[in-house]
Amino acid sequence: MSLDAPEGHIDLTLNGDRITVPAAATDRLSDVLRDGAGALDVKVGCNAGDCGACTVLLDGAPVCACVTAAGQAQGRHVETQAGLVAHSDTAQRLAKAFQRHQAAQCGICTPGMMVSAVALLRSGATPTEAQVADMLGGVLCRCTGYRKIIAAVLDAASDDDPLAEGGIGQPVARLDGWPKVAGTERFGDDVAPPEALVLRVIRSPFHRATFRFGDLDGFRDRTGLDLILTAADIPGENRFGVIPGFEDQPVFAEHEARFKGEAVAAVIGRKEVIAALPDFPVTWQERRANLTPAGAAKAAMLHPDRADNVMCRGYVARGNAEAALAQAAHVVSGDFSTGFIEHGYIEPEAASARRVGDRIEVHCCTQAPYMNRDELAGILGLAPEAVRILPTAVGGGFGSKLDLTAQPFVALAAWILGQPVRLAYSRSESIATSTKRHPSEIHMEIGADATGRIVAARFEGTFNTGAYASWGPTVANRVPIHASGPYLTPNYQARSTGVHTNTAPAGAFRGFGVPQSAVAQEQLYDLLAARLGMDRLEFRRRNCLRNGDPTVTGQVFDTGMGIDACFDVLKPHWDRALADAATANARGTHLRRGVAVAGGWYGCGNTSMSNPSTIRAGVTSAGEMMLHQGAVDIGQGSNTVITQIFAQALGVPVSQVTLIGPDTDQTPDAGKTSASRQTFITGNAARLAGAALRAQILRLGNVGAEATIAFRDGAVELSEDGVTRRIDLPARDGYALEVVESYDPPTLPLDENGQGAPYAVFGTAAQMVELEVDTELGTVRLLKVTAAHDVGKAINPLLVEGQIEGGIAQGIGLALMEEFLPGRTENLHDYLIPTMGDVPDIRSIIVESGDAHGPYGAKGLGEHCLIPTAPAVLNAIADATGARIHHLPATPDRVRAAILARRDAADRATE
Amino acid sequence: MTLYRPDSLDSALSLLGKGGMTVLAGGTDVYPGLRDGAPPAHLLDISGIAGLRGIARAGGQWRIGAATTWTDVIRADLPPLFDGLKLAAREVGSVQIQNSGTVAGNLCNASPAADGVPVLMALDALVEVQGPGGSRQVPLTDFIAGPRAVALDPGELVTAVLIPDGPGQGAFLKLGARRYLVISIAMVGAVIATRSGRIDRARVAVGSCGPVARRLTGVETALTGAAPGDVARLVAAADLPELAPIDDVRATATYRNDAARTLIARAILMAMEAPHVA
Repeated sequence: MSLDAPEGHIDLTLNGDRITVPAAATDRLSDVLRDGAGALDVKVGCNAGDCGACTVLLDGAPVCACVTAAGQAQGRHVETQAGLVAHSDTAQRLAKAFQRHQAAQCGICTPGMMVSAVALLRSGATPTEAQVADMLGGVLCRCTGYRKIIAAVLDAASDDDPLAEGGIGQPVARLDGWPKVAGTERFGDDVAPPEALVLRVIRSPFHRATFRFGDLDGFRDRTGLDLILTAADIPGENRFGVIPGFEDQPVFAEHEARFKGEAVAAVIGRKEVIAALPDFPVTWQERRANLTPAGAAKAAMLHPDRADNVMCRGYVARGNAEAALAQAAHVVSGDFSTGFIEHGYIEPEAASARRVGDRIEVHCCTQAPYMNRDELAGILGLAPEAVRILPTAVGGGFGSKLDLTAQPFVALAAWILGQPVRLAYSRSESIATSTKRHPSEIHMEIGADATGRIVAARFEGTFNTGAYASWGPTVANRVPIHASGPYLTPNYQARSTGVHTNTAPAGAFRGFGVPQSAVAQEQLYDLLAARLGMDRLEFRRRNCLRNGDPTVTGQVFDTGMGIDACFDVLKPHWDRALADAATANARGTHLRRGVAVAGGWYGCGNTSMSNPSTIRAGVTSAGEMMLHQGAVDIGQGSNTVITQIFAQALGVPVSQVTLIGPDTDQTPDAGKTSASRQTFITGNAARLAGAALRAQILRLGNVGAEATIAFRDGAVELSEDGVTRRIDLPARDGYALEVVESYDPPTLPLDENGQGAPYAVFGTAAQMVELEVDTELGTVRLLKVTAAHDVGKAINPLLVEGQIEGGIAQGIGLALMEEFLPGRTENLHDYLIPTMGDVPDIRSIIVESGDAHGPYGAKGLGEHCLIPTAPAVLNAIADATGARIHHLPATPDRVRAAILARRDAADRATE
Repeated sequence: MTLYRPDSLDSALSLLGKGGMTVLAGGTDVYPGLRDGAPPAHLLDISGIAGLRGIARAGGQWRIGAATTWTDVIRADLPPLFDGLKLAAREVGSVQIQNSGTVAGNLCNASPAADGVPVLMALDALVEVQGPGGSRQVPLTDFIAGPRAVALDPGELVTAVLIPDGPGQGAFLKLGARRYLVISIAMVGAVIATRSGRIDRARVAVGSCGPVARRLTGVETALTGAAPGDVARLVAAADLPELAPIDDVRATATYRNDAARTLIARAILMAMEAPHVA
């Protein structure tokens, strides 16, 4: 006898319904549930059991559907997030708890998290935090830092409704949150039409190689492919890039591939044809590759116009750093390095496209719809207006989804074929080819006078920008402006160099190089404090920038420089933590506690460059308030924050506002979701739009500025002095009332010494880390992070906390475990990101110092959150053990080696 | 692309005899091994075979059926001898992986970093194999022939893992760079039988420190008669010729040698403590 399913079909009970799906029994259950049964709430993040996004309940037990044979589900019960929330009170309450706590940011891990949690909660017992972590520890999240997920599961017995209304300063639940917690959100690979052809990219297996194609037409005809694409098929320019003047990346390499994983061709066909495709006819000639900046000057030039493989340099100088260092009472210096860091969003890049007449429509997960549109237009040889970008929900971005990835392939294929085409990157494809955080090699010197005042700093940083420029120029420009940290540094000289190598392009990743420079600067600050015999917090407090102080570019902020307040609010926590650590360390075991603090700052928006946002809003004849909000919400919360700002300016509750977009046909350009700019810049556009519409409506009713506005029953109601009047709206095509408003932050260009006003707004932060080092093993256990962030004004404190906690988790990864090694760590079991067990309790302290330019005084926040984390962790390791880690990540072997080296040095000193 | 799902061992062996089969149980190694490629043409799923799942004691021997999952191990009522195995079960990947993955599959996959191997080696586990030539039992130390290599002939199937009953308490320590879902840098399984507070018999194995996990016979002998207070000194003085680690993305060889020694001492002491697995 056999348990075999009938050939070609699987019968199972999905969320209570008995279904029969056509499938090969050997297929992955995840694919069958998604493609055959339409259960798109089952997310595929890795296809290897490494991320848990595809978790379903199989006869009640959580399993990864991606490593389960579909045939093994024959005759069994499968439950997914959407089904659970629809049918189970436990899951419904859990969904509300996720909303109350903002446990879902981007939402891509939420199905795995919630399904796992339901299995735990079904037992009926109230779980402990440790049980929650054990049960959910197999699901990776890159946005939240896990703490709010734990809190939500622990609070899932409550049936309280999330906060649905609230103006500026209220912790309103995400307005776009319910689909994420109910399993109905649609991400990049969830929206392709069923008839779409499948595209697969042919990529270089070598870091550098020339190549020659065989008989492509013959291969296409023999295999039944619909199309093969190479560089020869690009109708426009086979070149794209994000920085004007640095557009250097081909869609398909021509003659030579410059990094492992670079695309050389694409095949398009029916799914089964692609699945059964024999080896693609290409022959490779491996060439000598250079993977590090050290060899770049002698290596073959990657780009003919960039001598020594130098992409570009950045420079900021003020005063006379050399002279001041020579005279300083105390000078410390050091060399520090960090590796490639992978963004590690749980949603791999995905896109689908279809041709509509003479236009092309692209659905994709992106952070920059208008930039994508313009770049695609150049590649396809079309006018920008002929390209429509329809961003899907984005399952994490952090900078990498600013750049084109899957879009040009599907757009070109759909354009040529006239049929819809889809592409979802595999995890290894995503890690191998998407942009990375720049590896850095930094030398820095900092000097102080005898009283503990910083007198000078000198910084030299080399950044591996990979094979193509991507956002490398931004990193090169931004780092010298920020490498001083948020401290008054009268004499300063900082140089940065971006260098090409045969690796995946390094681009934008939360902080654009500033996290790397902070690793150097903040560690040297601890060395200086030790040299001076000063308390490390007090040393920073004494030197931090205050209103009226010039930054290293000579910019002076009269208001809103709140770093001193951040350090001040940490003081009681600092005293408590030092005492706790001293008590613990008095036990004298191999476990040593350490406490440390680090500061950070980040200028919001583009560096000395125009970067406007535009918001459109309209009231229909039926009295509906529509907000065309094009600032892509990648999980950080712009859909909610921008709406709160707009509603506040207009003077209506957020529930009266309907969101439209993002969609380049419907939403004006709100710029890219990057550089911590959306709350500040698009927020300002929303504030202006709300105010303009309010003025228009008040004029229409001829009422005063204090009148209240409501949209009710197809009309606008205006109330003033206890009198309410209805104003009927004219019936017309389009909106009865409409506004379009833009905001571009005021900045000034930098001169040849980098002096000027590069940003209208800086946000600042100070974080304190408590940890414990097992000195025998070199392992680090984080105990607590206390994070003080000056956000000017918290538009939504719940979302602010979410950014802080998520940024800290990424900072922990940077400090302790993450490093992408090209060709070696192209999966989520060799490339490690923090799990639920690696992020400690986080106490967020929101500081509101206001801001001269931000909407209602709000500043950006996204990047700031991870900048102080890694140096604070490294400083705390040094505090615990005396061992200082210069070369990240501080993996157990490196920490142990540093402990032993220090011990050896001490032994030698006493000999 | 066929998935065979026999419900009896005989039909499984008969299918296996036809050749060209890939054996599937939990799928937690088979599918990741595809690296996004198509599944093998013929998969033989042994997870539904009657009598192949579960843990039972008979005739002085414990038998872990080949379809027994790690979650089954965690939930089983087992004596302190198995405390290390239970700890190892909790360290396998994640709950999702523990719910699907099997003990026998972990052995057959023969990863140098297989979480189940050191502790099963310390338990003197035997692998029960059935095939065309009937049934045979192979010591686990012989069964794992090298990295990703096991002593299975064509047509043979692992049907159980057998563990001799006896005195002793187990312990397991896994060292990785993060808390969950982590491939170990080094790990140690230990089973210690004591008499009057001193070690009567020590069995210790180390994983992730060489091409295959190894029993540490020298240190086992040296520990006989030791009190807890002697352990650190004896382990520090031991030769440990069985350790042959490499540098890889997870750690250096130097570190592995150093950390393994620490883990060995800790695991032995842990196995001498009062019972610690609830």
